[in-house]
Amino acid sequence: MRLRKTYLALILMFLYAPIFILMLQSFNASRTMGAWGGFSLHWYAALFQDRNIAQALYNTVTIGLLSATIAAVIGTLAAVGINNMRKGAKKIVLGLSSIPVANPDIVTGVSLLILYLSVFRLVGAGRLGYMTLLLAHIAFNIPYVILSVLPRFKHMNKHLYEAALDLGASPRYAFLKVVVPQLMPGIVTGWVLAFTLSVDDFMVSFFTTGAGVSNLSLIIFSMARTGVNPMINALSTLMFVFVMVLLFIINMRDSIKLKKLGG
Amino acid sequence: MKSKALAYPYIIWMIIFTVIPILLIVHYSFTVTTGNVTSFTLDNLARFFDPLYVNILRRSIVLAAQATGICLLLGYPVSYILAQKEFRDRNILLFLFVVPMWMNFLIRTYAWLTILGTNGVLNSVLTFFGLPPMQLLFNDGAVLLGLVYTFLPFMILPIYVSIQKIDQSLIEGAQDLGANGFNVFRRIILPLSLPGVVSGLTMVFMPAVATFVVSNLLGGGQFILIGNLIEQQFLLVGNWNFGSALALILMVLIVLCNVLLSFLNKETKEEAI
Repeated sequence: MRLRKTYLALILMFLYAPIFILMLQSFNASRTMGAWGGFSLHWYAALFQDRNIAQALYNTVTIGLLSATIAAVIGTLAAVGINNMRKGAKKIVLGLSSIPVANPDIVTGVSLLILYLSVFRLVGAGRLGYMTLLLAHIAFNIPYVILSVLPRFKHMNKHLYEAALDLGASPRYAFLKVVVPQLMPGIVTGWVLAFTLSVDDFMVSFFTTGAGVSNLSLIIFSMARTGVNPMINALSTLMFVFVMVLLFIINMRDSIKLKKLGG
Repeated sequence: MKSKALAYPYIIWMIIFTVIPILLIVHYSFTVTTGNVTSFTLDNLARFFDPLYVNILRRSIVLAAQATGICLLLGYPVSYILAQKEFRDRNILLFLFVVPMWMNFLIRTYAWLTILGTNGVLNSVLTFFGLPPMQLLFNDGAVLLGLVYTFLPFMILPIYVSIQKIDQSLIEGAQDLGANGFNVFRRIILPLSLPGVVSGLTMVFMPAVATFVVSNLLGGGQFILIGNLIEQQFLLVGNWNFGSALALILMVLIVLCNVLLSFLNKETKEEAI
């Protein structure tokens, strides 16, 4: 048992040591990584004054929210439609949907780049930027929503919808009041997955954005390319703490739910 | 509810954003444009068979395979230990192993830059002890380390899930029939965990072979894998035809891997039954 625990501890150290060193360095007044120049919040101050980083944060969050929400709507409707298709058509649509999931991100990225530039050439106008980035994120998010929503149909009672229609609900009303609530757990899972993927994405964003439009991943990449930058340490620390708190809340909520269920 | 029409907006979307882009890649792979004339050619694909480029692909595959192998060796014991029933605090530990998956992977790669860099933590320690600083970055080892670090949690999770699902009575049965710990592992746990191993292999190898971030940051500008080559063709050289041919080759490679692995998965499942 001791041997096992030591092994787990070693691997955990391997996983966390770099992150903790990074966090420690973010409070280092000195620019040099190894030399401790005293505790300082200097890099955090610099971070909050940096316009480019503020803009990148704004882009990351808005594109995450917008792309996840739009993908959730299109994806949920698509899942309902796909569920009603004949077997053959269903297979084709699902097969094509799995392309962006299975393809390496770099291929998705360059294929969208070619698409955008070809369209711009054809139309004679347009440029890469926020819109192309948003559309790309919606595109790679939709399949994940579909894959999260489709399994819910197995748990669904078809007759509830028919009953609603018999009782005089319009198809649209019955859809919104009867079908959507039953799919909700899948839609929420899909939305969270889509939001996370969007916020975390680098590869597709790298190829589909234009001059001046950045997200956090892109800005970290361009800063890191020119070497170590203490502002990235501060930014990374904030992002790490944010993710930890978020995961903690989600886990707490789940365990509270379990307790309520008596589990 | 009965209507398929709800999927139509998505189908139109999918044709524009998935089907046409792939067709464009195929189109550019097989054509060349001189002046205003676009004609069919196999030159782009043929160009890849220059030893220079074949070596880049080979190097990418070897590095990704090494990273996958190391992840399996390091990760399997972790999953195995975590799945032990008598382990207390298992959920907290699992949580700790999964958290890094949720971290932005650029930050995870960047973290090694601060440790291995010329002015990094390790070199400062060396200088402190009066030793000369070493060039730790910009080599195969640094890229391999970065890949293992980035993808290790993706190996641990699926293997853990498959071991955890194993019917406990099978293990007890084997023990009752006199199997020792090693035999229980070899005859029961290992075969039944293979589906998890296969999906772990997929989740590590596929992104590792196509990476260009890890190689770019930890390997330096001179370090070229297939991902870096594709990026250069599109953003630096502006040769869409050759770039598309490379992307097509990478796509075919991934499809072949997928077919191979799903075949393996079927085999292991049948054997397990």
